[in-house]
Amino acid sequence: MSETLILTKRWAKNDPSLAGYRADGGYRSLDKALGMAPAAIVDEVKASNLRGRGGAGFPTGLKWTFLPKDIRPRYLCINADESEPGTFKDRYICEYDPHQLVEGIAISCFALDIHLAYIYIRGEFAKQARSLETALTEAYEAGLLGPRIGGKADFALDVHVVRGAGAYICGEESALMESVEGKKGYPRFKPPFPAIVGLWGKPTIINNVETLANVPWIIENGAKAFSDLGAGKTGGTRLFGVSGNVKRPGVYEKPAGYNLKKLLLEDCGGTASGRPIKAVIPGGSSSPVLKGDEIDVSLEPDAIKSAGTMSGSGGVIVMDDSVCMVRALARIAMFYAEESCGQCTPCRQGTPWMWKVLEKIERGEGTMADLALIEQLPGNIMGQTICALGDAAAMPVQSFVKKFRQEFVEHIEGHGCRHGETGWGVSRSSREALVGGNRHTPR
Amino acid sequence: MSHHDHPNAELGPLQIAELPKDKVARFDAALPEILKRYPADHKEAAMLAALRRAQEIFGWLSPAAQRLVADRLGAPVTRAEEVATFYVMYHTRPVGRHVVEVCTNVSCSLAGGYDIFEDLKRKLGVENGGTTGDGRITLRQVECLGSCGTAPAMLVDEEMHEGLTSQSVAKILGALP
Ligand SMILES: Cc1cc2nc3c(=O)[nH]c(=O)nc-3n(C[C@H](O)[C@H](O)[C@H](O)COP(=O)(O)O)c2cc1C
Ligand code: SF4
Ligand code: FES
Repeated sequence: MSETLILTKRWAKNDPSLAGYRADGGYRSLDKALGMAPAAIVDEVKASNLRGRGGAGFPTGLKWTFLPKDIRPRYLCINADESEPGTFKDRYICEYDPHQLVEGIAISCFALDIHLAYIYIRGEFAKQARSLETALTEAYEAGLLGPRIGGKADFALDVHVVRGAGAYICGEESALMESVEGKKGYPRFKPPFPAIVGLWGKPTIINNVETLANVPWIIENGAKAFSDLGAGKTGGTRLFGVSGNVKRPGVYEKPAGYNLKKLLLEDCGGTASGRPIKAVIPGGSSSPVLKGDEIDVSLEPDAIKSAGTMSGSGGVIVMDDSVCMVRALARIAMFYAEESCGQCTPCRQGTPWMWKVLEKIERGEGTMADLALIEQLPGNIMGQTICALGDAAAMPVQSFVKKFRQEFVEHIEGHGCRHGETGWGVSRSSREALVGGNRHTPR
Repeated sequence: MSHHDHPNAELGPLQIAELPKDKVARFDAALPEILKRYPADHKEAAMLAALRRAQEIFGWLSPAAQRLVADRLGAPVTRAEEVATFYVMYHTRPVGRHVVEVCTNVSCSLAGGYDIFEDLKRKLGVENGGTTGDGRITLRQVECLGSCGTAPAMLVDEEMHEGLTSQSVAKILGALP
């Protein structure tokens, strides 16, 4: 079956150079865009049904129209923070095809009358930051960026890489801007939204790496072609990063409405152990968990919502039936406890509390009162905080306890965990057997 | 006065004047390149990058190193402190010659990341965040490194290593000077 690939088509070449990108038709879209009216580019993106790939799935063209007409300067921030557990796609765009992103940035800035853009990349991605720096240098030298973008239009654009320094919260858009401003990553109250009051108080658009990397294809092939690839109100393909207990982990580019079960059983070959799938986290660690028999769903954001979860950042984590759900959830809870910025009381106090109670249950020292507590705590955080990290911490707890309640009760009544010594699967050799899934390129 | 004379040696040098002159000169030489990326009226925005460079040069961010960065960016010292303590990649305590950071989040632990971290604790004789007696290695448990598809993953001196096995970990650590 020949599926249309937008984002991954050049990855297997392992040639991120400008020359290689150009040889494959790169920067033709920028040429085309520079001959269009900026408003026509925005309309094209709107009509394409491109939706944000950073997690929230907000329509990109619509977000762009929120910019106030008459305030300058405006800025663009490209979100390459990629820190949501289970998510590992944007890094490969930066590594294998950075010019696709740079071209997307140039077109978007031209469309939005933006002359300064920052790519904010998590500090741990040293190699990817270098790859982006190299691509930017090449683009400047070729006259694609700088005083006259594309070497044609009388339009100046500067793009810089800014590296984070280890803080998940800086992927949240307002914390990201604080970090670009050289501060600690404290999310801001919203409204005002960044499109109105953003970086240095000026209107700012924040988009994910994958989101913007789609823009050149949309300009080249048209909004309809892009929209047709997807499903419902989501155009195009998406990058799904599959990890955990699967035979072939890696990044898969699939139409936005692809079926989750098909992805896991056919593309990824099922579990590495051959054991049944017990649980799947479909969209990064904050998305509500699905049971193994609930995975026959479309990954399109609106469709998967009806299954009570979300495809968020496209990070799919698979667990076979040897894995302890209390252990997995406790580890997720630890993550949010460690990454809470501490500004809001419910999040600062609630996230470590949930983590501690879950560890206690996992150790076999929990009581039914602890279970009642863990069923109640998330509700006291949800919707009570400045940013969505609070909700992100609450949703997995609610869903794991609801769907695997019996397993929590067993820990309490049996005073311990039956899933082996660590809870990460019954045997160490089965964990080690998963190693070697060193696959970056889609099939 | 060397920093060993301070009542609390862990704090390191407290004043800019106590920092080695050659290293301060290296930092000052690196600054213009960093500042180029930000509008001239937003010099403070360079805080993260400047702290990173200072850490590379001085090994860690002592109070004096934080002071130096604040001074050069025209920012209050508290701004440098608050950024240096907020982000986990900055070291506000001395660290070993090498920093080994193992991801134990879900995708990694499903592939053995937790086992690797526990093994290393035993082998190196340190707890999370500890440094070996010879000052060679600081070991830390870290959150998802964005390498879940090639798990388990770890950073060694900020370079990523993926698809780890007990053997490959031993080899990587063994090769460190
Ligand atoms: C706690 C938290 C962490 C986030 N981390 C990321 C991230 O690492 N990368 C990302 O693109 N978006 C992340 N987001 C979403 C951003 O806030 C924002 O919605 C997104 O970058 C917008 O781009 P998009 O519309 O193109 O998706 C995060 C949100 C929250 C609440
Ligand atoms: S919800 Fe948590 S992470 Fe977000 S601002 Fe509040 S304390 Fe910080
Ligand atoms: S869980 Fe370890 S890299 Fe993502």
